[in-house]
Amino acid sequence: MKLSLGPILYLWSREQVLDFYKQVASWPVDIVYLGEVICSKRRAMKLDDWLTIAEELTAAGKEVVLSTLVLVEAESELLAMRRIVENGKYPVEVNDMAAVQMAADKVPFVAGPHLNIYNCESLSLMYKSGAARWVMPVELSRDTLQVLLDGCPSELETEVFAYGRLPLAFSARCFTARNEGLPKDDCQLRCGDYADGVVMRSQEEEDFLTINGIQTQSATTCSLLDALPEMAAMGVDILRLSPQSRNMAEIVEIFYEVLDGELSVEAGIKSLNKIATGELSNGFWYGKSGMEWHTVQMEEEHA
Amino acid sequence: MANKVELVCPAGSFPALRAAVDNGADAVYMGFRDATNARNFPGLNFDDRTARQGIDYAHARGAKVLLALNTYPQPQSWPIWTAAVDKAATLGVDALILADPGLMAYAARTHPELRLHLSVQGSATSAEAIAFYKERFNIQRVVLPRVLSLSQVKRVIANTDVEVETFAFGSLCVMVEGRCYLSSYATGESPNTCGACSPARSVRWEETPQGRNVRLNGVLIDSYKGDDSAGYPVLCKGRFLVNGKLGYVLEEPTSLSVLGILPQLIEAGVAAIKVEGRQRSPAYVAQVTKVLRQALDTAQANPEGYSPRSDWVAQLDKVAEGSTHTLGALERDWQ
Repeated sequence: MKLSLGPILYLWSREQVLDFYKQVASWPVDIVYLGEVICSKRRAMKLDDWLTIAEELTAAGKEVVLSTLVLVEAESELLAMRRIVENGKYPVEVNDMAAVQMAADKVPFVAGPHLNIYNCESLSLMYKSGAARWVMPVELSRDTLQVLLDGCPSELETEVFAYGRLPLAFSARCFTARNEGLPKDDCQLRCGDYADGVVMRSQEEEDFLTINGIQTQSATTCSLLDALPEMAAMGVDILRLSPQSRNMAEIVEIFYEVLDGELSVEAGIKSLNKIATGELSNGFWYGKSGMEWHTVQMEEEHA
Repeated sequence: MANKVELVCPAGSFPALRAAVDNGADAVYMGFRDATNARNFPGLNFDDRTARQGIDYAHARGAKVLLALNTYPQPQSWPIWTAAVDKAATLGVDALILADPGLMAYAARTHPELRLHLSVQGSATSAEAIAFYKERFNIQRVVLPRVLSLSQVKRVIANTDVEVETFAFGSLCVMVEGRCYLSSYATGESPNTCGACSPARSVRWEETPQGRNVRLNGVLIDSYKGDDSAGYPVLCKGRFLVNGKLGYVLEEPTSLSVLGILPQLIEAGVAAIKVEGRQRSPAYVAQVTKVLRQALDTAQANPEGYSPRSDWVAQLDKVAEGSTHTLGALERDWQ
């Protein structure tokens, strides 16, 4: 299985982004997704900046994919999306049907995790429209994935979101601005103050969700490290690791070493527990609530 | 003068259907009694007999019946959804409201004569996204997610030949419909997978000396003191802490109401306006349908002279979630 690095979901400064990808060039990831997928008001990085990074990463031997915005509202966003889809050099990850429509039958694309591909018919529709790869929606389980993998064309690659705070919801409303007492039109890019989003806690002070502009994420960090052997056996091609602001090099290394057989799953989870942003979860994979942490031992006892 | 705008009202049961039709709905929408529709709640929806009865009742009075099969089938239970499509075709509904592209492919292939609407759960927010479904499945109408401003709605309508339906009244989803996994994150069940948001079986109320707590699969969603009115605990409308500050972080309990901008919506060219609430009572459906029927007729007859009557506003607020209303994303300030 290959490792991919998903797009940065937070607003990091231009310097931080450039510095991050300078490091990525030497990390053991095979595929890197680039671009802004959350909010079109985050303009520190222009398409040309992303293309420059893309060139550097390509030179370092990485496969580069340009990701597109998930929620499209304004005309300007559609124009920006079209420029990405028609960049002429790199494949694109499409996260909305508008982008599918632009790419279909013209350029090969990755059907992103926000397209709601829940069954073989939908997957087949994407394949026939030109998808070379698809990313499973995060709320689906291994049981569903197994049936999808059994039914899908073998040349279509399958990618699973295997590490990171889960992208759970999108809104027209900017929750970061709302909670700073600012209107969205004058948000002052306050999301830039939170390199890993801002945690929303219950009244019992339990971490529950994470606010990232118009996006709501989990407060837990999803980790499917324990399912790696199972995924390899099922025929999953790629594991997606979603960037967090700290310790990302170590996280990539842990996944790489477990894949390579140099590190045990147990030791890997132990290390991840120390450096993950938030507690670990894996419930969706096992067909349970996404926030749960399910251990395989638990499952055996249950059986 | 713009074409006649259809008033589409919720039918969660036969009595609700009757209430909608009797009070002036041009169309009602309903679902079968299973996970194939996005209001899969105990005691709601239609079995074969009541569906037949409902369709006959509506058709005899000149109202259309739209059938919502707007969840996302997974391969293990795919045949339940295709059987539902077949059943709807046999029953003679006027259109199917679908979200899943795969199921749409099945419906278009198997029942090419059947009119298809793209559900709000399909998350299409642009003319380009709508064109994807139009070109492949010949959809005739799209229900827009509640994320666009009025000017954005106008732009979509101007750039598509597919009819556009927008929400007019009812509980407000703050997230893009079809792209919200908050419920399954907390409970394992979501609108996409099971047709239920914050499902009742995961809700627990507890009385404590400090107040009345409500939990969703163990997570404290809200805590009510004294006279606080407690609505259904949809998790996005609970009170949480951010940076130590307690509040409605995502959204307060409130209802969408477009009463104030009906002429603008009509002028923009919407084909239909929709009332949310298949989970609500027949009395709610009767009340809301009645008010919107009057408002829509008035706004279409005399758009310049239209202003929402105070008794309409009061009647709708009385049945609104949180007893208050908003224009939601249609108005930039809300965003």
